[in-house]
Amino acid sequence: MMSKILEVKDLHVSFKTYKGEVKAVRGVDFHLNKGETIAIVGESGCGKSVTSQTIMRLIPNPPGVIKQGEIIFEGTDLTKASEKQMEKIRGSEISMIFQDPMTSLNPTLTIGTQIMEGLIKHQKLDKKTAREKAIEMLRLVGIPSPESRLDQYPHQFSGGMRQRAMIAIALACQPKVLIADEPTTALDVTIQAQIIDLMKALQEKTGTSIILITHDLGVVADIADRVVVMYAGKVVESGKLEEIFYQPKHPYTWGLLGSMPRLDLSRDQELLPIMGTPPNLLDPPQGCPFAARCQHAMSICTQEMPELDEVSSTHQVACWLQHPMAPEVKPPTAAVGGK
Amino acid sequence: MSKNKEVILSVKELKKHFDVGGGQIVKAVDGVSFDIYRGETLGLVGESGCGKSTIGRTLIRLYNPTSGSVTFKGVNVNDLKGPELKKFNREMQMIFQDPYASLNPRMNVLDIIAEGIDIHGLATGEERRKRVVELLETVGLNADHAERFPHEFSGGQRQRIGIARALAVEPDFIIADEPISALDVSIQAQVVNLMRRLQKEKGLTYLFIAHDLSMVKYISDRVGVMYLGSMVELAESDALYDEPLHPYTEALLSAVPIPDPEVAKTRERIILEGDVPSPINPPSGCRFRTRCPKAMDICATAVPEWKEAKPNHFVACHLYNE
Repeated sequence: MMSKILEVKDLHVSFKTYKGEVKAVRGVDFHLNKGETIAIVGESGCGKSVTSQTIMRLIPNPPGVIKQGEIIFEGTDLTKASEKQMEKIRGSEISMIFQDPMTSLNPTLTIGTQIMEGLIKHQKLDKKTAREKAIEMLRLVGIPSPESRLDQYPHQFSGGMRQRAMIAIALACQPKVLIADEPTTALDVTIQAQIIDLMKALQEKTGTSIILITHDLGVVADIADRVVVMYAGKVVESGKLEEIFYQPKHPYTWGLLGSMPRLDLSRDQELLPIMGTPPNLLDPPQGCPFAARCQHAMSICTQEMPELDEVSSTHQVACWLQHPMAPEVKPPTAAVGGK
Repeated sequence: MSKNKEVILSVKELKKHFDVGGGQIVKAVDGVSFDIYRGETLGLVGESGCGKSTIGRTLIRLYNPTSGSVTFKGVNVNDLKGPELKKFNREMQMIFQDPYASLNPRMNVLDIIAEGIDIHGLATGEERRKRVVELLETVGLNADHAERFPHEFSGGQRQRIGIARALAVEPDFIIADEPISALDVSIQAQVVNLMRRLQKEKGLTYLFIAHDLSMVKYISDRVGVMYLGSMVELAESDALYDEPLHPYTEALLSAVPIPDPEVAKTRERIILEGDVPSPINPPSGCRFRTRCPKAMDICATAVPEWKEAKPNHFVACHLYNE
């Protein structure tokens, strides 16, 4: 059996605003095994980015508060770690790449300085060795003539090159976990394909475990081993890649899959959108948060939040339709194709 | 099928260059020709900087072309003046990418949607309000929304307001510039279904500009592919996706992530090397040659001709020379 490297248990994160408490993450459980890639998918505001930033403890406090829960990384609970401990972990044990390479690099420092920073701080390398290592990293992520590129500034790089540089920075200290928050969303498709290929190749080489945050199910199908589907601050379904794509159980997952035009969908067929919009997390509904948009909602759905039930040892879903007394509902063909 | 159709808009050798100072010129669009038929949806795809948005903006006269012509219903749009220009402004409308930036935050929805109605004097007083409410209902909102301001709406709702505004003057040609890229997946499908329904009901013609190839395939009758200011291929959408001729189209299609794990594992991808070159100093000959896996000697010296390689399937590539 694979061993868990990171485990998130019953995590609750809230933000105090003048309007009240926004409950962004409301009880999230998942784990990450060594060497695997999990994808956290969901729409804007579902809490996927807050979850990942909480793992890195990047949520500013105030206004953000970890209300309860644990994040276990190699035996330590990161929610209780001191700022000093976190400094040792960030960039060295757990690294992160962000969506927008334009704003997440420091425009006043050369790319080389930014890669060397972590190496000098965490691995205590001297400047010369750090520089050699930085050149090696740039070469690894496929940047041509790295010796001269090292002394250039971010504005001299194109969007795809900046994202490669970000990956080089993130991987310089060989972290055990890499969190990639929408790493390809800002990029064009041909560049996106380059970056995904690069991430796959680097994972094979270094054995890093990856948490990929995205809303693009196409990218997920390409790279992930397991998928966690989030909605309104909760995990509604999680399972192996094939389980989520071919045997989805939650109506929200059906909705996500059905909203995307598949290549075998003819133009006469309608897409299957999810009606309405997500709930306001200032005052989340008492029952299942998806009930208001769900075609199959029953009266219990608005009253009580369903527990995460096991469909198989790897596949879990939180939906009342799984209850033995619930009517049998088949996923729409727009979601699962003819299969 | 497109043969018996009426051409509503015709673009000939269109060029749009921008002077960026220092004697440098960005050739954003550099000699593009195509026709759009009444009632169809023409998709325009390509990566950032390929000139697809510039084309959209030049068609609707937000930019003046550097050279070439845009003919709408038989008239060159840059010759229009006075009442004819006003009529053109009614007939052609645009939906913008960013629903957050394209609505005036100081105007309520009623006034935003009625602005065109006022300018063209289509209705006043009670009739004006009635029209706006009808439009709101057409796009899936309701009368209660009329007095609210843009900040009170979600992205998808704002895009619906943008569509209602475009429809208010009863256009027959709509340019949609990345109308769904800023929206969440589930909301994208809502907006696309709405646009398709409206097209059926009102017989609209669309120019749909986007970088999401799977959505473009789904919504368009024909698709044009652009690279660095030129059109490289144009065909009916099934033909383009089933049998792409241009190496760039092939690479672009193979790079589209497909939400199906089995397909993702088995298909072969063409990964292009490097980045798109600068449009200030584009490569000689074929502009794609620096990244093309099939480049030949001739590609550096001669610009490939735009020709009909198969019926209704146009391509600009030396691979298809006789």
